Amino acid sequence: MAFLDERTRQELQRRWAELVHPVRLVFFTQELECPTCRETGQLLRETAELSEKIHLDVYNFQLDREQVEAFGVDKIPATVVMGERDYGIRFYGIPSGYEFASLVDAILAVSQGDSGLSPETREKLRRVKEPLHIQVLVTPT
Amino acid sequence: MRLAHRMAIESEWIRADMVEVSEFPYLITRYQVMGVPLTVVNETTFIEGARPESAFVEEVLSALSASSESET
Repeated sequence: MAFLDERTRQELQRRWAELVHPVRLVFFTQELECPTCRETGQLLRETAELSEKIHLDVYNFQLDREQVEAFGVDKIPATVVMGERDYGIRFYGIPSGYEFASLVDAILAVSQGDSGLSPETREKLRRVKEPLHIQVLVTPT
Repeated sequence: MRLAHRMAIESEWIRADMVEVSEFPYLITRYQVMGVPLTVVNETTFIEGARPESAFVEEVLSALSASSESET
């Protein structure tokens, strides 16, 4: 059974027309003891297959330790959304419901290489010279 | 969520995670989550609820002044 319904697929195809640079989704998963890993993988596959600009790589959280380390993921399911470089965008848990819109937004933003933030915000962020780790905790909708 | 990810695109110093916290119950305990969205910055600064862009950015950046008193 498909995760995305026909209406969502059509909407996505319309959004993906705005993609500029290739996007890489890096997904970390495992078979056991991860209730939402399978669903998340399917959601990502269906999302990626609607555009040739989106590439999906799948790694095993237990076995592919080198990649786990390289991307700094510490729990699963984990999805890295990267464009020309790794901007530090991660989704932990399944990005469904309202958070699916966040995933779509992140894919478009990295593909366009533009944050879309206001000039004032950009100016403030230019002054940041120390690491900031932002975690936004949400629940399913 | 979108704001945090967009901030990560804008600055190489910033990384941003969406965490579907019901899948990671230990984080509910660790951060004493009472409501969502809850934004945790550098483990020290907590922002409850959603904010417009300018207010959210200000509160996120306050984590830096919280950790380094010498900065003005």
